Formats: sequence, C-alpha cells, structure tokens
Amino acid sequence: MIRKYAVILILGLFVLMLLPLLTELTPFQELSPVAQKYAGEGPDALGSANLVTSVVVTYRGMDTLGEVAVLFAAAAGVGFFLRRKEKRPAPGKREASALLKTGTAFLLPLILLVGVFVFTHGHLTPGGGFQGGVLIASAVVLFLFANRSASVSRTILQWTESLSGVFYVAMGALGLLLAAGFLDSRFLPPGEFGKLFSAGAIPVIYSLIGLKVGSELVGIIDNMRGGAE
Amino acid sequence: MIYVSIIGFALIIIGLYGMLTRRNIIRIIIGFSIADTGIHLMMVSIGYLKGRTAPILDKAVDQADALQRVVDPVPSALVLTAIVIGLAVTALMLAYAVRLHEAKGSLDIHDFKELKW
Repeated sequence: MIRKYAVILILGLFVLMLLPLLTELTPFQELSPVAQKYAGEGPDALGSANLVTSVVVTYRGMDTLGEVAVLFAAAAGVGFFLRRKEKRPAPGKREASALLKTGTAFLLPLILLVGVFVFTHGHLTPGGGFQGGVLIASAVVLFLFANRSASVSRTILQWTESLSGVFYVAMGALGLLLAAGFLDSRFLPPGEFGKLFSAGAIPVIYSLIGLKVGSELVGIIDNMRGGAE
Repeated sequence: MIYVSIIGFALIIIGLYGMLTRRNIIRIIIGFSIADTGIHLMMVSIGYLKGRTAPILDKAVDQADALQRVVDPVPSALVLTAIVIGLAVTALMLAYAVRLHEAKGSLDIHDFKELKW
C-alpha cells in the first residue's frame, strides 16, 4: 500500500518537474543565436547542405566521438555479459521458410545499398552514419533469420570496427594539424556545394561512423543470438 | 507542435509508471524505452519553429533565406545520436536481463534482494 502511494508521489513530482516544459515554454519565433551561427555560417564555411550533419560531424564533433565511445562501451558490455563458457548446441533450429529465403535474397542487396547510400550522402540528404549503420545491421539481421546456421565472422567485424574507429580519430587529428582544430573537416577541398564529393572531410568521417556503428550493432546482434565464445 | 510536446510528456510519464510498477524486468526495460521515446519527442518539439522546414539546403530552401526558413538543427542533431545510444543501452539492459535469468531462473525484480536494505 505504501508502495502504491510512493509511486503516485514520485509520478506527481515528475509531472510537476516537467510541466513547465509544456505550459511556460513559449514557442520560439526565430532561431537561437547558436543555431543562427550554425545555419548562417555553416553552408559557406563547411559546404554541407545538411545543417544537422554539419552540427553532428563538425561543430559538435567531440560529442559525436563521445557518443560513438558510449556505443562501443555498450557493445563491449553486451559481449561481456553474454559470453558463453562452453558452446551449447542451439535448441531446435528450424529452417527458414522458402518465402523468407526468397524475400531475403531479393531485399538484402537493396537494403545494404540503401544503407551505404544513406551514410555516404549524409551531408546532402536526411540521414548519415548512424542511420546508415543501423540499416546495414538490419540487413544482417534479415540474413541471419533466413540462414539460421550462418555465422558472422568475428575477425572481420572486429577489424572493421577497430579500423573505422582509429581512422575516425585520425581524421580528427588531421583537422587539428591541417585546419583550425580537432575534428575540423575543412582540411579537404570543399568541392562544389551539393555534390557528393564536397563538404571537405564530412562524408569521409560520416562513412567511418557508419561503418563503426554498423559493425558494432552487428556484433551486439551476434552476441545476442549466442554467437559469442 | 504543442501536440508533439504533449505526446512526449505523456510517454515519459507512462514509461516512468511502467518502470515503477512492473515487476518483470523485460517490462521495466520496455518502460524505459517508452520514456526514452517521449524524451526524444519533447527535445525535437522544443527545436521546432512554426511553419518552417527541415534544416537541409536544396532547391526548396535557398542558402540566402535559410535563417528564416529552417528549424533549429541542434536539437535534431542531439536526438539523432540519442536514438542510437538508446538502442545500445536497451541492448545492454537486455543482456543484463539474460544474465539475471541465468543466475536465478526468474525475471521477477522481487527475487533479486542482494542490493535491498
């Protein structure tokens, strides 16, 4: 009974705490000063048509590096907790249906292609490394559903993940040496605005993030289906 | 955009309620995911400006009038990464749940008394 009242009390306090966000926050009429700087100078300085991408990759690049590190820590945690000491035979694996197998054979290359498109065009269209990486991981999930006995190569996964992480930090260090600061993307030529090869190092960095996020999520999936040793 | 704020607010409270009252660990994790989604919706709605469009420059949004046409890109960038981190944290919590079930053969949070006083 006390428990019930305590829950109601806690929820009431949370409502009180969050209510000002609904009642007192007047909608903004124009961009905040920070956003004005990003939206006003961003396209000229960085050459990225997608302003969200220029914020994620360059202006707040350190935050993104931190987020990638958090993702890595979570993936390592999943691998640690789901580690199996002895290899257990998987209980009753049934073959996938012909429908799923045929559908996968048709859809898998398309999903992979869309994933790569999304992270290479992160500076032009909605999307980027995180979304592209998740798309690639979803393609792998579909493949593993259709081929129950298939296994993911840990070596390739670990090398992809480590190398993309190392190159990401190396690109940041190159920005420190050749441009204004760490993760500054202006050390590569800006190119023509709105084309694929433009915006300096932003597409390169975002592709590396895409590879890293994709391989990390595939690692998590592989651990969860008991592939870890 | 006040509707999105209200939906986000409701989702946060529903998720917290689920986390506080459910006993099954999987359901607690689902409650966390619901609250997480609510927080994302609230953050996006704070960055919205009435009648404006996505912060991507193309034929529809010229670079010259971008300041008058686009919404705030900073909350969008924050939510973009927060979604992926939420996914990874959910996966980590599910891995904990698997280990807890292996240890006690139960997913009821009341069976785990080691850290209770």
